[in-house]
Amino acid sequence: MPTDPANRALVQLLDVGRDFDVSRPWLNRVLEGAPRQLLRAVDGVSFEVRQGETLALVGESGCGKSTVARLIVGLYALSRGRIEFDGLDLAAPGTDAAALRRRMQMIFQDPYASLNPRWRVRDIVAEPIRVLRLAATPQAERERVTELLRQVGLAGDDGEKYPHEFSGGQRQRISIARALSGNPEFLACDEPTSALDVSVQAQILNLMSELQERLGLTYLFISHNLAVVSHIADRVGVMYLGRVVELAEAERLFAAPRHPYTRMLMDAIPDLEMSGKSRTPVAGEVPNPLAPPAGCAFHPRCPHANARCRAERPVLAGPATAAVACHAVEEGRL
Amino acid sequence: MNAPLLEVKDLRVEFPTRRGTLLAVDDVSFCIAPGEILGVVGESGAGKSLTGMAIIGLLEPPGRIAAGEIRLEGERIDNLPPERMRRIRGRRIGAIFQDPLTSLNPLYTIGDQLVETILTHLDVGRDEARSRALQLLAEVGIPAPEVRIGHYPHQFSGGMRQRVVIALALCAEPRLIVADEPTTALDVSIQAQIIALLKRLARDHGTAVMLITHDMGVIAETADRVAVMYAGRLAELGPVREVIHQPRHPYTSGLMGSIPKIGSVKRHSRLVQIDGAMPRLNAIPAGCAFNPRCPKRFERCTAERPEPLQVGNALASCWLYADGPR
Repeated sequence: MPTDPANRALVQLLDVGRDFDVSRPWLNRVLEGAPRQLLRAVDGVSFEVRQGETLALVGESGCGKSTVARLIVGLYALSRGRIEFDGLDLAAPGTDAAALRRRMQMIFQDPYASLNPRWRVRDIVAEPIRVLRLAATPQAERERVTELLRQVGLAGDDGEKYPHEFSGGQRQRISIARALSGNPEFLACDEPTSALDVSVQAQILNLMSELQERLGLTYLFISHNLAVVSHIADRVGVMYLGRVVELAEAERLFAAPRHPYTRMLMDAIPDLEMSGKSRTPVAGEVPNPLAPPAGCAFHPRCPHANARCRAERPVLAGPATAAVACHAVEEGRL
Repeated sequence: MNAPLLEVKDLRVEFPTRRGTLLAVDDVSFCIAPGEILGVVGESGAGKSLTGMAIIGLLEPPGRIAAGEIRLEGERIDNLPPERMRRIRGRRIGAIFQDPLTSLNPLYTIGDQLVETILTHLDVGRDEARSRALQLLAEVGIPAPEVRIGHYPHQFSGGMRQRVVIALALCAEPRLIVADEPTTALDVSIQAQIIALLKRLARDHGTAVMLITHDMGVIAETADRVAVMYAGRLAELGPVREVIHQPRHPYTSGLMGSIPKIGSVKRHSRLVQIDGAMPRLNAIPAGCAFNPRCPKRFERCTAERPEPLQVGNALASCWLYADGPR
């Protein structure tokens, strides 16, 4: 489904930030004079997810992509900024945040850890229905669970089994059924296929596309795998050290990446097409997020960095179909 | 091709359980030449890691080698007493595992661990061992080795730790390195650096590498030949280009089609999907293990197990090629 710019923004993040306190324990701080330390996991992130689209966030571990997903669904509280769902500020005093949160759900990475091993699948899938009081009678609830299980490609009587009786891919189907049971409009998917084998990953990605089409879902898709992202996303945000460095339509981003970090990531993907191609080796590693470099966080690894990059932090500029945070791009050096 | 450095012939690994014996690796044969990188791919449970473990002699009991031979430079190593095997492991076979943190002892500096390993396997003094350790750290690309040699594992990042693990595996200049998912725990940019390092080692030292991974992209970049495993058996074995661009076994074609590719696939088109899942070890179907999921199945597939058949430069265990060009 191509992104229609006329589509309204379902989720909107405005200058969102989240800090984690990673200070040593109180006693150590008193005795050793160790300072308080804050880790800026997400810093100044703004973007919107439009109705019916799939927006993917990619980046390496520790870049803050999962934190963004958790901030949106409310698993973490915001440190700064504002998140709006369907035009309403989730944190404003007058908003019924619980009612808005019902319209979003999350799918987690590890299907072995996200399902309660002591519950039957039927109860796992039915829990949101019970909590949100969506079924009038136990009979209606049972019918709904069976329908959900069928919808994700499981058999209706699989509900009587326990999670350990299923393989990783089937468990992820159960997670999806559970996420769908509350009739959400928005799904935050945190690496939903990373723990799965490729052939199973293909099954889950196909299922997610089908469900999106059938139910008109909006996805925020978190992944470190660029190939998966290029397959499923309409638009892609690339994150580095807690900030979005590039946000563009998927086709445009993969055809012509603009930020030097995006280019580096693309260069680093092992290439199936031409075995034996030589590629520019990527130098360096992600810096310590406790002491991020001044200016552009990517400048120590960037071949195009100059004095301005070392001093001044670039902001994400440009239309929502091709925005980039880079001085070199802005100045036309790249 | 040179005389193979490692020869695995009809290897079988089984796990006796109360409910019967599970065959985790079933009649697998391959060889690796000096300086060659053989990729071994397959999904979880395909038996690729167990094949590696059998070669380095670290199968967890009750798992055991039930049949077959493993030869390193012509010498059988699958039936050696544990003490002899211990000396070969580290000296002639180096091992690299997925998680670099659990491969290192957190209580010793990496210098201590390197020097100890060198002293165990090589006939050198402590000073010489230390200078060799420094040289190895520099070789695997750790900046400022003189400083880093005194650091503990927790002071290194994931990518740097994996470099230390590779340096440890290289201590005694082994002839063969068994690398089990060496880049899986790492980010893509670090993964690319580690792949480049493995390639350089194979080229410069003539070390044979058995690279076990589930990531076809890593194999495409790194390996010379690739073995595709399914349900403990070898589905296909051949030069990497041929297996990737012209897969012969229906499982390999399905596997290649299910990998999302940047640019080449129209977005939101469906990926090729192989329905179902790999059979559990206690329920491997008769005939070809892939037959219940295979789109090209015919009668013979359900009745008779296919042997690896020569197709082009590759071997494919598939009855489709029974009457094809030999």
